[in-house]
Amino acid sequence: MPKAFTPKVVTANALIEGDVVYQTADDRWTRELADAELIIEEDLAKLRLAQAEGQPEEVVGPYLADATPSEDGPQPTHFREDFRRTGPSNYFHGKQAELS
Amino acid sequence: MYDYSEFDAAFVAERNRQFRAQVDRRVAGHLTEEEFKPLRLMNGLYLQLHAYMLRVAVPYGTLNPSQMRQLAYIADRWDKGYGHFTTRQNIQYNWPKLQDVPDMLDALADVGMHAIQSSGNTILNVTADHFAGAAADEIADPRPVAELLRQWSTDHPEFQFLPRKFKIAVTGSPNARAVIKAHDIGLQIVERDGDIGYRVVVGGGLGRTPMSGKVSSDFVTQDDLLPYLEAIVSVWNQIGRRDNKYKARIKITVHEHGIDEIRARVDERFAVIRPSFNGVDLALFEEIRTAFAPPRFRQESTAIYETARKTDPIFRAWAATNLSAHRAEGYALVQISLKAHGATPGDATAEQMRVMADLAERYGHDELRISHEQNVILPHVHKSDLPAIHSELKKHGLATSNIGLISDIIACPGMDYCALATARSIPIAQEIATRFDELKLEHDVGPLKIKISGCINACGHHHVGHIGILGLDRAGVENYQLPLGGDHTESAAIGDRTGPGFSAEEIIPAIERLVHAYLDIRHERDETFLQTYKRVGMEPFKAALYDQDKAVAAE
Repeated sequence: MPKAFTPKVVTANALIEGDVVYQTADDRWTRELADAELIIEEDLAKLRLAQAEGQPEEVVGPYLADATPSEDGPQPTHFREDFRRTGPSNYFHGKQAELS
Repeated sequence: MYDYSEFDAAFVAERNRQFRAQVDRRVAGHLTEEEFKPLRLMNGLYLQLHAYMLRVAVPYGTLNPSQMRQLAYIADRWDKGYGHFTTRQNIQYNWPKLQDVPDMLDALADVGMHAIQSSGNTILNVTADHFAGAAADEIADPRPVAELLRQWSTDHPEFQFLPRKFKIAVTGSPNARAVIKAHDIGLQIVERDGDIGYRVVVGGGLGRTPMSGKVSSDFVTQDDLLPYLEAIVSVWNQIGRRDNKYKARIKITVHEHGIDEIRARVDERFAVIRPSFNGVDLALFEEIRTAFAPPRFRQESTAIYETARKTDPIFRAWAATNLSAHRAEGYALVQISLKAHGATPGDATAEQMRVMADLAERYGHDELRISHEQNVILPHVHKSDLPAIHSELKKHGLATSNIGLISDIIACPGMDYCALATARSIPIAQEIATRFDELKLEHDVGPLKIKISGCINACGHHHVGHIGILGLDRAGVENYQLPLGGDHTESAAIGDRTGPGFSAEEIIPAIERLVHAYLDIRHERDETFLQTYKRVGMEPFKAALYDQDKAVAAE
């Protein structure tokens, strides 16, 4: 039996800055996971990923990452995506410092 | 030290001009990422977890003060004000922006540096003993031959599309500080009947399949060295496994064919290519060698040093751990620890880089070294200058007295930066260092090498740590395995697997139990952790790790 589809966000790195970015429902790239589009349907996920792959002048290496819904928008389900959302954990710098 | 020739400078400038145009074409959309990726990797530019990363080669770990100052300038101008020194004696910038990288490369070229062949399926930056040219136990300085190899391998047309990356390390001393048995080729300078030659070790490596290198020749003369090495790379280039990335390194080729067959093939190839080497390499080698002539050591009293040792306990503790024997009388090798308790191993701020550059200029004959253990070395310091150096280091958070101790940890960047990592490394190192500093145990424990990797690629050398730590992803949770008894020196050994791994919360208490077990069973104070492990074996340590009741009863 094929594995049941779990909700996803489209994520990548920005071409110029290298920053972690997420695709929004209105086709922008955001630095904030909370603003990302949470995709709950498999065919739509494939389509949205294909659309991201069609923007090589904006982003590098787009892929689908698991996420779950919450009141504050999509949340990561795996620690790797949690670090990508936040920045390095060794001390306060990188993304967390820039977004705060 | 070696200064770029006109040829070197022109070559690097041309590569930088090409890369600037490649970046422009990528940004303008004329190159796809698939086309651009191999080009950026050839110039040391990776895309990591949170940002790009530029890996700058520090050939054989040697820097002069103006180079170190330029590294500081680059950190301030285009990055976040710091750099990370790696286990390959390189420096990495974790936050460059794509369009700034050509300027960063030009700034490096201004001081005779580059990022060429710091990655890719080619011969990478040649590493060397970080005590080169200074160690009391040295037969000859390994850097001239390392520089010869850099020039030979850079843009070598036959070796730009090898099956995989290829790493060469050189040591000039019988005490193998350059981890030569864990490299694709390890060279050890040896002496036979008054002649200098090279013992060649081939097929070592860490990663998912750790192997100790095997001797392919006990003595290769200087005349034969380049053709001999070229023969090795050539044989591997032809028969190395290109079908499977994980079997492509020469260690697998040597393992599958056996060292005897490899040796026979190398000898055969050597016979073919040897006549094409007409002695130009020897003339070049002699030229390079003069660039590495030792400084003029001065003769002076070391009374100030002796007094400071007697009167200043902090200086005494630092001198006891951070100094090593120099070949010149009255001199010492100084290791500057980049492992302050709780800090990221190998990180230095731009300000710290400038301080180290100033110290090297003022007291250190203009020389700095980067060690694979992620520390900085002032290789030539007269002992009378040590109190002044120590006092300056203290002001800038650089005077930690912990070289070779439990908090002098090698840690790869792990999942805090690296896209390949399966778990974090740095926070584990930070916690171990902080914990043992709180316990005030580290000097009592003595020499103990902890090496941490955040994935099986083993950039953190966990296989050769006395205590190795390997971070994995077990069903979405960070999990740490603890191999024991590894050894990176001439008595190289791969650590033994203990048992199930520990969570991020459990790993620090587990290390504490190991250390307490060692303190309980060591014969006397000067029996090191590794010696104790070799004497008693795995069992008492395994019991300490996994048998909580026994561990409590032993206390």
